Amino acid sequence: MDQVMHFEYAVEGGDFFNAGAASSNVKKILKKLNVDSHVVKRVAVALYEAEVNIVAHAYRGKIWVDIDGRRIKIILSDEGPGIPDIDLAMKAGYSTASPRVREMGFGAGMGLPNMKKNSDHLHITSAPGKGTQVEIINELYESHAF
Amino acid sequence: MTMTVNELVNKLDLQVYTLAKGLVHEVSGGYVSDLLSDVMGNAKEGQVWVTLQNHKNVVAIASLKELAAVILVKGIQPEPETLQHANEENIPILGTALDTFEIVGRLYNAIHSENHKG
Repeated sequence: MDQVMHFEYAVEGGDFFNAGAASSNVKKILKKLNVDSHVVKRVAVALYEAEVNIVAHAYRGKIWVDIDGRRIKIILSDEGPGIPDIDLAMKAGYSTASPRVREMGFGAGMGLPNMKKNSDHLHITSAPGKGTQVEIINELYESHAF
Repeated sequence: MTMTVNELVNKLDLQVYTLAKGLVHEVSGGYVSDLLSDVMGNAKEGQVWVTLQNHKNVVAIASLKELAAVILVKGIQPEPETLQHANEENIPILGTALDTFEIVGRLYNAIHSENHKG
């Protein structure tokens, strides 16, 4: 496959009702492309967690997905409070989620570790008050999962 | 021999909230957690997920992870939108009046005795 496929999704902060819609859609697309199910699941988990982070923490965000013959590149950019200390946020168990979000079973401090574990390449940039940008790149046919 | 969701429903006397479609799923094991990212990170395809979370995001996770079914404990019912989404995504939502400890003990025995049959 030589052509590049491009998809965009809008995410609203606080909209848990639709959380996971982008991830579900991307999963269906990758399955149609006959990508190995292990690779599909890793992408779905990484994107789901990133998507939920926008819902749980930001005011709104956008997701851009590019798929070419070799890999999938996902960029998530949000308008939100940003992450003051990314290293701290990456620590398992660390979370700044609200009590309401935690009651739903989110905010256990496992989201970013899940993203790291399930992406081949993860890059997060953020500035307090300016929002957060996340870049996830996964190889589609040569998984580095093992 | 693996068990289907339907066989599990009969064996453990579970309530079925969703349409019958997903009951043919094969059950490979179980996972128990009320933390969604824990399930996202650790549950495996074909497992039955036991939880008290009844909101729509449970379906999103079960679908993404290709879990066999969700069992809600302590008589907790799925929210209407959970049910609708579960039917769309073909994820069986089941229920029991038992608490997590009691249902998981029975689930464990049911799955492992079935696996030992060979």
